[in-house]
Amino acid sequence: MNHPASEGPAGAGPLGRSLTRVEDAALLRGLGRYADDLATPPGTLHAAVVRSPHAHARVLSVDASEALAMKGVRAVLTGEDVKRWANPFPVGVRGAPMEHWCMAVDKVRYVGEPVCVVIAEDRYRAEDALDAVRVEYEPLKPVIDPEKAAAEDAPVLHESVGANVVNERHFHYGEPDKAFEEADHRVSIKVRFPRNSCTPIECYVVLGQYHAATGGYDILSNFQGPYALHSVMARALNVTGSRLRLRTPPDSGGSFGIKQGVLTYVVLMGLAARKAGAPVKWVEDRLEHLQASSSATNRVADMEAAVTADGRVTALRYDQIDDCGGYLRAPEPATFYRMHGNLTGAYGIRNLKVRNRVVLTNKMPSGLNRGFGGGQMYFALERLMHQVARQLNLDPLEVMRRNLVPADAFPYRTASGALLDSGKYADTVDLALRDGGYDELIQRRDRARAEGKLYGVGLCAVVEPSISNMGYITTALTPEQRAKAGPKNGAVSTATIGIDPLGGITVHVSSTPQGQGHQTVAAQVVAEVLGVDPANILVNVELDTGKDAWSIASGNYSSRFAGAVAGAVHKAALKVRERLANIAATLWEADAGQVRFADGKVFIEDGPSLGFHRVAGTAHWSPALLPDGEAGGLRETAFWTPPQLEAPDDDDHINSSLCHGFIFDYCGVEIDRITGEIHIDRYVTCHDAGRLLNPMLVDGQIRGGFTQALGVALMEEFAYGDDGSFLSGTLADYLLPTAPEAVEPLILHTETPSPFTPLGAKGVGEGNNMSTPVCIANAVADALGRDDIQLPLTPSRVRGLIGIDEPQAPEGLEPLAAPKPGGPALQARDSVEVPASPQTVYDTVLDPETLRAIIPGCHALELEGDNQYRADVTVGVGMIKARFAARVQLSDLDPPHSLRLSGSGDSAMGSASGSAHVTLVELDNGHTRLDYVYEVDVGGKIAAVGGRMLQSASKIIIGQVFNRLAQRLTGKPAGGLWQRLRALLARLFGKGGAS
Amino acid sequence: MKAASFDYVRAESKREVLQLLHEHGEDARVLAGGQSLMATLNMRLTQPKVVIDINRVEELNRIRNDSGHLAVGAAVRQVQLTDRAELIREVPLLAKALPWIGHFQTRNRGTVCGSVAHADPSAEIPLCLVTLGGSVVLESLKGKRREVPAADFFQGLLTTDRQPKELISEVRFPLAEDGTDYHFQEIAMRHGDFALVALALCLRADGAHLGVGGVADRPVARTLPLGDELPDALNTLAWSLGAQDDVHASAAYRRQLVRELGQRLIEEPSHARTR
Repeated sequence: MNHPASEGPAGAGPLGRSLTRVEDAALLRGLGRYADDLATPPGTLHAAVVRSPHAHARVLSVDASEALAMKGVRAVLTGEDVKRWANPFPVGVRGAPMEHWCMAVDKVRYVGEPVCVVIAEDRYRAEDALDAVRVEYEPLKPVIDPEKAAAEDAPVLHESVGANVVNERHFHYGEPDKAFEEADHRVSIKVRFPRNSCTPIECYVVLGQYHAATGGYDILSNFQGPYALHSVMARALNVTGSRLRLRTPPDSGGSFGIKQGVLTYVVLMGLAARKAGAPVKWVEDRLEHLQASSSATNRVADMEAAVTADGRVTALRYDQIDDCGGYLRAPEPATFYRMHGNLTGAYGIRNLKVRNRVVLTNKMPSGLNRGFGGGQMYFALERLMHQVARQLNLDPLEVMRRNLVPADAFPYRTASGALLDSGKYADTVDLALRDGGYDELIQRRDRARAEGKLYGVGLCAVVEPSISNMGYITTALTPEQRAKAGPKNGAVSTATIGIDPLGGITVHVSSTPQGQGHQTVAAQVVAEVLGVDPANILVNVELDTGKDAWSIASGNYSSRFAGAVAGAVHKAALKVRERLANIAATLWEADAGQVRFADGKVFIEDGPSLGFHRVAGTAHWSPALLPDGEAGGLRETAFWTPPQLEAPDDDDHINSSLCHGFIFDYCGVEIDRITGEIHIDRYVTCHDAGRLLNPMLVDGQIRGGFTQALGVALMEEFAYGDDGSFLSGTLADYLLPTAPEAVEPLILHTETPSPFTPLGAKGVGEGNNMSTPVCIANAVADALGRDDIQLPLTPSRVRGLIGIDEPQAPEGLEPLAAPKPGGPALQARDSVEVPASPQTVYDTVLDPETLRAIIPGCHALELEGDNQYRADVTVGVGMIKARFAARVQLSDLDPPHSLRLSGSGDSAMGSASGSAHVTLVELDNGHTRLDYVYEVDVGGKIAAVGGRMLQSASKIIIGQVFNRLAQRLTGKPAGGLWQRLRALLARLFGKGGAS
Repeated sequence: MKAASFDYVRAESKREVLQLLHEHGEDARVLAGGQSLMATLNMRLTQPKVVIDINRVEELNRIRNDSGHLAVGAAVRQVQLTDRAELIREVPLLAKALPWIGHFQTRNRGTVCGSVAHADPSAEIPLCLVTLGGSVVLESLKGKRREVPAADFFQGLLTTDRQPKELISEVRFPLAEDGTDYHFQEIAMRHGDFALVALALCLRADGAHLGVGGVADRPVARTLPLGDELPDALNTLAWSLGAQDDVHASAAYRRQLVRELGQRLIEEPSHARTR
């Protein structure tokens, strides 16, 4: 049903056609060569990482002696080693002396942060030894909410910095204050964008080697770039760039930006190999990945628009806080500044005021993620545009149309400095409305509403930046700081084409593809220029910084392939063709300008003709026949950088990206009134990505990004407890859309070639990650008539927006008050009744023998001080159990009325602490009722993978303590809450009702 | 994410399973479909000394229709029931619930008794068993064969009445009764996810027997009156379950679904979504 994309220039070669991917035959037959598949050198050891169960804590000591004594364990890399051999990573902002090492050296600042590395003969033994490393922590108060982290009285993550706001910049473009003063209307909105990431199937893989002879590191990893980070890694390893040879495997199990975060592990495993004196391999597992790899930032944005009576926006004000997690990891704070040039979106708004604050919290550090910065920014901007329409009682479509950049204004310089290269925004909107059936969709909405259904239509317009300016990140610095550091700008892409003596063509690109099909398109480009069958061209996408052509902009990010890399391939192919034409012209004593390349032949129209391989072979076999100035051999490397990507100017104008595609989306959603489930009835996405090099691959990119964006809109969020515990450690809690949740969008295209790229192509891989979350949010806002739309729009959250008018709880079933925000994760109460007097109960509890008997799974209990014990306990529910080294304490003693029983401990599964305040109430029959109110905090693996069950598990474990107490006093189990509930229900429902 | 070391024993007979359980008790885990056990082993959330594989024990891989029950043996996979054409007449509630369990890939491996043994509060099979008033058969080498009513068997989160040396040898689902209609409905975040709320209904002319999964720490079933008294009874049921907030849904949401979806299912069962 999709609108067919353009087939490219009529009568041309393979370029612009939907060629089948050359990558797939191998991948679909299981013949891919992923990082974990590659052979390892003999003697390779395997690493497992000890990770912090705490969100914020001082590391007091690390004792690896027991681990080192275990069979098969060869070494343990500690923070001391890291301090001795490495440097902290360079940080992208000035004036913030923050130390971000590849592993914790003094403090941990997020759950899952590496604390040391165990290196053993296999991964099983390495993981066995994890449990034997003793780390002593002093837990500190964590801060999770970015607004709270920015406050004066917040716990500070980096004492040397002194505050959690590590970068703050204010920008003024045009005359925003005047525009707001003169505005007929001021419309504002405050939005929060959740933490999430585009999750690859393949996690991180690193194989580290250290060559003692040269003092250099040779590291294979599925790092994806940008290779500006090669410098960051080399500086962290304290070696020159040439002594860090970084290599990538042939195939990738996806990245979507997230594999930029491999950089810390490249350094860590390099050091691990040095420590062990052998190659060290580490394969990240899913729990490690979800809690401690990398994610997009979560953001709080306060936005305001100055609007004329007829809906023209004259100024925008952004006040944004970006949450970068525990450390500002390079290239952050890039999430903000990638979008800086296009903060006005698709609209011709000349006045702009911005306040950007970068804040650190106790979460995993953020980094690249598909749609980098766009999801966050457009969620705020396009919710605001929707709100403008709502507040002025205008049609949202009309408000958008009145503000679009007009077609005759291109190339258009935005207020903050982007040069929008090309576009026909209004025409694209019209095309999308017509071919997507917009009028019919509105009728559908009206009909559904007439039937009493909740139905909404949402729209959004997005400018999709691609091919990042390597200098945009310096917009985070003041002009003075930039002047001192020297200008950074541009974006060099590289491609190499070699032709062997048999005429075989090998292309190399340094774009480290992660599944997009770069090999297919590079072959199409070369085939187009050289007139050969694309099937005969081999494209090598492995990157070896020790051998290949690369530069800092190399890598896979900012949708740079089609515009920049394919352009460099084209340039290299033209260089090769020029040489071949000269060779053929010399052979035939003709003019090189007459030489043609087609169908695997080199020829002159109505003249001589030779097979391509014969002409190419001449450069190798018969150098004597070559023309003057032709040195023989056949290998050409092209470098290309666009002149438009200039460094930021003194007024902070920045052309942050070379190309700017345009996207116009709209959708219709129906919401179930009871369940709050959102059904996407129709989704239309119309793209102008310049010239399409392979329309099928473009549509594949759109579908993939769209599906990930559905996840962002509806279900994905990295959840953290107020205590900093990480709650999304499995794919049963961090929810990705699966095939049944996928929706097929109607994809439409129009093509306005970019004047700035060699082939007229722009990036297209990230647009729906920017447009789709807000488009769905706008539709839900329209359906519910609500302004406070927050992602992900889970059924429970949506039902909350519809409203839950709860009938009262029957007597005896009233729930407990909700836990205080910021307090312990779990709070609850229960009670047991025992047939003994309060004094007897009290005396029994204080007897150490009692404690030993009533603590479930207590192997040993030793008195440590007054009512203080050290205990070795195994606790759990069902088959899930963990052994804790615990401290148990009785306090707040008020005999025989009340006391407090508390315990805390660490285990391989994480940390736990709990405390129960017990009140003894004497009953009329002389028995005692023990009322206990308890609170529990858990961290580490237990919280990450067991979130769904923590409350029930705590209830069981704490209930066990008191039931065992009752049992000890009476010799039989006590009736707990559940038994009492059943009795109550039997009364309420009649005797037969309860089952 | 690699399991700690354990001994693996592939049992050839039920007696051998019971022998091994007798010997190792708490230190042993029975491996049937492995859909929960393998993940918890690899995450080291459980570290048994012995894993007893019952997949080759023929006598545990039986489905019998006898004396008013469908008896399902310990090694019977969920797919064996979905493939059983007569199931929709024998135990229609189970037939309607099975497609909501995970995905066909997990049902190809997962067993009926394994789900009962694990006692996840959101699981569909325990919910059906409790709602229908079925039972769990437990055997041990030295002890007496016990048949425990499902409502007594499930004791809380992942907690059951099974003793360490006992094997769940089969579970027994009562066969359909004339004059009763059976319906199943579930709300989850995604296809195949743990239920936020699952409802199993036996509907008769004089009343409704409604089972709720995913809300309390175990499946719970109640007989409810029809007509005007239904909303109050559903409200009492909803509040009695001790619903809790988690990252996916609020307690209030779960209670509301028990009330509203419960009422819709009872009064307009034809609206129930099927899978």
